[in-house]
Amino acid sequence: MTPLLEVHDLAKTYRIPGKSGIKPAQLKAVDGISLQIAAGETLGLVGESGCGKSTLGKLILGLTPADRGDVLYRGKNLARLSDRQMRPYRRQLQMIFQDPFSSLNPRMTVSETLAEPLIIHRLCAPAQRQQRVAQLLDQVGLESAAADRYPHEFSGGQRQRVSIARALAVEPELIIADEPVSALDLSVQAQILNLLREIQLEHNLSYLFIAHDLAVVEHVSDRVAVMYLGKIVETAPAGELYHQPGHPYTEALLNAIPQPDPSRAGRPAPLQGEIPSPLNPPSGCSFHPRCPYATELCRQQEPELLSHGDNRQVACHHSDRVGHNKT
Amino acid sequence: MKKRSFWIQVVWGQLKHNRMALFGGSIVLLMFLLAALAALLPGDPAAINIKEALLPPGGAHLLGTDDLGRDVLLRMLYGARISLLVGFVAVGISTLLGILVGALAGFYGGWVDALVMRFVDIMLCFPTFFLILAVIAFLQPSIWNIMIVIGITSWMGVARLVRAEFLSLREREFVLAARAVGASDLRLIFRHMLPNALSPVLVSATLGIAGAILTESALSFLGIGVQPPTPSWGNMLIAGKQTLGYAWWLSVFPGLAILVTVLGYNLLGEGIRDALDPRLKD
Repeated sequence: MTPLLEVHDLAKTYRIPGKSGIKPAQLKAVDGISLQIAAGETLGLVGESGCGKSTLGKLILGLTPADRGDVLYRGKNLARLSDRQMRPYRRQLQMIFQDPFSSLNPRMTVSETLAEPLIIHRLCAPAQRQQRVAQLLDQVGLESAAADRYPHEFSGGQRQRVSIARALAVEPELIIADEPVSALDLSVQAQILNLLREIQLEHNLSYLFIAHDLAVVEHVSDRVAVMYLGKIVETAPAGELYHQPGHPYTEALLNAIPQPDPSRAGRPAPLQGEIPSPLNPPSGCSFHPRCPYATELCRQQEPELLSHGDNRQVACHHSDRVGHNKT
Repeated sequence: MKKRSFWIQVVWGQLKHNRMALFGGSIVLLMFLLAALAALLPGDPAAINIKEALLPPGGAHLLGTDDLGRDVLLRMLYGARISLLVGFVAVGISTLLGILVGALAGFYGGWVDALVMRFVDIMLCFPTFFLILAVIAFLQPSIWNIMIVIGITSWMGVARLVRAEFLSLREREFVLAARAVGASDLRLIFRHMLPNALSPVLVSATLGIAGAILTESALSFLGIGVQPPTPSWGNMLIAGKQTLGYAWWLSVFPGLAILVTVLGYNLLGEGIRDALDPRLKD
């Protein structure tokens, strides 16, 4: 079966212009990432801030041009398309952004925001537009009276619902959700996650769900990919990954989830130190300075992303040792 | 409809607490009324009556008469229309040019930006007033030429403002979202970015009107602005210069009018800036 979306060896390097006395540097935000998403599937993408998750989302949608690599949507390579050629595919791939306070145009009413995709893609007759807007609002649990209001009149959760409605307006097949709940209150997070889930079941949507903590992703994902410094270090079905991490970084992230039950304490200490600067990544395995399993091999040679079993891929020299020292 | 009222609400809500800005706004409003009044009043600003030449202020001629017996008040009211016309048309031209150039540079960035902004730098190198003088010297000094020349020599500030706004707006998520939805470049520029970049432009335009009025007065004062017999505050000022010793009212009243009007626009502009400032990022 061909996956709905296939990303192959996607890479993006930002050039940081050198200030006086400092030579220009290269920041590998996304460094050769490959992944697949099947129809109706949710792929969770996890990693610390600054690891390139959001850049990956923008690359897939062509909002940022990629340096190399392919984005195959139903076999069609989107990475080579011009803006104009890309437009029809924008109906199929949509994005929900992290910050509900900056992702809506403050000078446009909700109805103007929601009608825009309908106008651009000529999705419905002008006479039916308001009806469709009301329908979209209903779908995300907002009253139709919201249509005439401005974004600043809404709470964060409500704004995020408007963003979701905008993404749904074109009836896409895949939505890239870039940390859609991390800017929201905990109680609102659950509502939004449930909403995303309902919409998925209703429309058979696929999600690329980007987040920086595994607890949120666990809820919604079928499969999870863990990203570190622009690379994927592990992918596995969500259940397996949570039960038995294969990469020391995954393990460390799992240990960072607060334990409601203190008697289950005793896992290795959570991650030490900061994420290294992507301007000057460590030699070999980029995780080795923070890794409890690191050896000389890790310092010298970068591990490849290799299959472990049917559904799991791990990039670690010592994956067989990972995850066995928990109680 | 609702959108506009929301915008005015924001500005007005702040402005009404700012007494200097209200004062400036009143002056601006007053000048509009006076300019409108000019057409309603009887009498011809060009009517010569030598018998009533150089009458001091008071009596039938509230602000006196000039050396040809023309009523100074009436001429000043007509002069107010010239000032307003020059102010608004010149600033309209410069704002439009500035927005187009700034939007182009800020939206596309890269080499387009570099090229356009170097051109802006070059334009800024010329001392504006001497550039205007030089251009006017080649053209007929008419009021339309003056407005156009002032307009095309003063758009650089607006261009820089708009460019800076666009550079930051370009990375904002709502612009990315619109792009993800498939919005064309034109739609992004005019529907999404420009409305969010206009606040500083409004301030600069208000202050720009004061500058344009001043420039027109200065040009008229030098005799290459609005040509007599069309009255403008600038050419009334210079006409009164010869008789300053014994007919002070010919120069003092137009001079005061220029001062007060420019002050009014400046106060209003600064008030609007203060009103918008905390909201620029919203």
